[in-house]
Amino acid sequence: MIHATRDYLTFLWRCARIAFVGDWRYYTWMGGLTVFSLLGLHAYCNQFVHGLIVTGMSDEVSWGVYIANFTFLVGVAAAAVMMVIPVYIYDNEELHDLVIFGELLAVAAIIMCLAFVTVDLGRPDRFWHLIPGIGQLNFPRSMLSWDVIVLNGYLLLNIHICGYLLYCRYQGRKPSKWFYIPFVFIAIVWAVSIHTVTAFLYVGLGGRPFWNSSIVGPRFLASAFSAGPAIIILALQVIRRVTRYHITDKALLTLRSIVQVSMIINVFLLINEIFKEFYSGNLHVASSKYLFLGLDGHHALVPWIWTAIVFNLISMFLLILPLSRSLRWLDVACVLCIVGIWIEKGMGLVIPGFIPTPLGALIEYTPSMNETLVCLGIWAFGLLCYTIFLRMSVPILQGTLSKANEHLPEPEAGVEHSPVPAPH
Amino acid sequence: MGRRNFLRSSAAFAGLGALAASLSPLREIGDYSSVDEFMQKYYKEMTPDDMSKVIKRIENEVQRQYGIRPHVRDLKPMDGVEFVYCLNLTRCIGCRKCVHACVAENNQSRNPEIQYIRVLKLPHGSMDIEKADHLYNPEAVPQKGFFYMPVQCQQCHNPPCVKVCPVHATWQEKDGITVIDYDWCIGCRYCEAACPYWARRFNFTKPEIPKERLNPNMAYLGNRPRKQGVMEKCHFCIQRTRVGRYPACLEVCPVGARKFGNILDPDSEVSYILREKRIFIQLKEEMGTNPRFFYYFEK
Ligand code: SF4
Ligand code: SF4
Repeated sequence: MIHATRDYLTFLWRCARIAFVGDWRYYTWMGGLTVFSLLGLHAYCNQFVHGLIVTGMSDEVSWGVYIANFTFLVGVAAAAVMMVIPVYIYDNEELHDLVIFGELLAVAAIIMCLAFVTVDLGRPDRFWHLIPGIGQLNFPRSMLSWDVIVLNGYLLLNIHICGYLLYCRYQGRKPSKWFYIPFVFIAIVWAVSIHTVTAFLYVGLGGRPFWNSSIVGPRFLASAFSAGPAIIILALQVIRRVTRYHITDKALLTLRSIVQVSMIINVFLLINEIFKEFYSGNLHVASSKYLFLGLDGHHALVPWIWTAIVFNLISMFLLILPLSRSLRWLDVACVLCIVGIWIEKGMGLVIPGFIPTPLGALIEYTPSMNETLVCLGIWAFGLLCYTIFLRMSVPILQGTLSKANEHLPEPEAGVEHSPVPAPH
Repeated sequence: MGRRNFLRSSAAFAGLGALAASLSPLREIGDYSSVDEFMQKYYKEMTPDDMSKVIKRIENEVQRQYGIRPHVRDLKPMDGVEFVYCLNLTRCIGCRKCVHACVAENNQSRNPEIQYIRVLKLPHGSMDIEKADHLYNPEAVPQKGFFYMPVQCQQCHNPPCVKVCPVHATWQEKDGITVIDYDWCIGCRYCEAACPYWARRFNFTKPEIPKERLNPNMAYLGNRPRKQGVMEKCHFCIQRTRVGRYPACLEVCPVGARKFGNILDPDSEVSYILREKRIFIQLKEEMGTNPRFFYYFEK
């Protein structure tokens, strides 16, 4: 027991150490992210003291970019399963080890989600009111309480799966199936649930016709399953470039077909929604009108949503064409898809729900500088976490960080490029 | 190695310095909260003893901040009472006196301005509130061809705001009033998004009330001063109506458009109106919220 604990602590210690070791590119990247994270922290402290008045939100538009980013990132987190399913259900060998990278992305995305919800709270000091047992969690009636549970649960599940697999690899033993396969399957269902619950957060509001539509849930999933794997495609290529970790083109192309199908479904659902809103022409179309065409001289979101639609369409065509079998075009399609969905799912979904207000007032919303800095800070912090996770896991998967070489000197800057530890 | 160590420690120092600089706005934190407030129990779980301590704390805080000793009470709903409000749209002239009486009575923030009542100006013949004018400001009211509809919390029988609150910080009491525990709300604003009547208001910053304007007659679930970052809304003037008085908006209305009372008492004015008037309206009836606020037309 003591032995096992000591081994585990050594493992954690070595992982922590390696996060601070890298070449100059690594230090520059991490330094830059740290600077942005701290700028965000500064902006948040300012908001904490002066209140949400430093944001662009108001009683009319009471949720803004925080919740928009939150919604987008829940999708990214959920999309990790799109790598898990092929591997564990269809035994796709190509993606096997890469699943870890997907799940680590999910962990980083959930961390960002939790940060975005926290910065949106008026009284973050009272977060403990949400903790079951000591607080008063309104479960199961409030969809937000569901979200608290499923997000934290998903975080724990993914930490467990990644942590366990990595630790086994570190120790050089075969992971015992009972210790992670059941969790993998729970995580698959769970991933769908986090995004569905987040969609229900909006769908459940009868007083907001823009959200109160059953298509929001399916659209959430479709867009998540295109943007999420698209992010993973880009991330894998970065990993491949900056480390010696071998990732095949075939793996990337498997992910491409996932993005492709999801994107087609996503665009199809979008068309459904637009048709329903505009053809019937009932009174509740005001929010959609505001979003797509502008209403009574207010059209802040119009350029955004059309950019998103154009990006989504181009990306869809690129993905359908054999052209995107070449990585360069695939990357273009992925970037367009990510940006398009970020706009459409974030600002395009959250803001119009509030405009006009239930009493018919038209008040627009633009994020403030402070708010934007907080968002940038959280994104930077999330990327920082993801980079650290990768920095730890790549050498473990490659075998350069393992129990076997525990007693050898720690690698220093630059050495991680060599698959075997350099002799000192 | 010496150089490397030196670089390492200077990086660590720079990092700590940057962290401290990022946290620097916290120096202005002031009286954000207190240990007692942080540890305070949920309203429904407080014993009378807990409550009297809490009330003492609130009274001290108000005194420190405004220089006035307030009288804070924890008023419970009365047995056999369910309040409803009836508003005569034929009479309402859109003068907004109720709006300002409410602000004064309920210690709403003057800067930024928070108001519970929003008076809508609508063209004759339409109930489509998407056509409503919120900011009308003519020389004199009423204007020809329009009618006015004041909207405030409708005290729904099925309040969506209560359903969505993740921490039970808002709930419906026995007498039909939906209240908020300002010391329990976490400020997520989900209830504000859920309310179909745009009745809820959020304290985006620390509310400001001039000392001489403070109403010292306060209730815990009613008009005691709120903190930054919490939700508030109309509560039918709990501090008055639970001791048998009328709401402030009713008393100030110059044309007697507002009627308030106990629907469980068949002899009350509101019972009479709902029994005898032929046309009355619940706003957005199709929402299924079943408001306790009725609009009617009558000369
Ligand atoms: S009107 Fe709005 S705030 Fe009032 S009870 Fe109904 S939903 Fe809640
Ligand atoms: S803002 Fe406060 S009262 Fe409203 S849902 Fe959130 S915690 Fe509940």
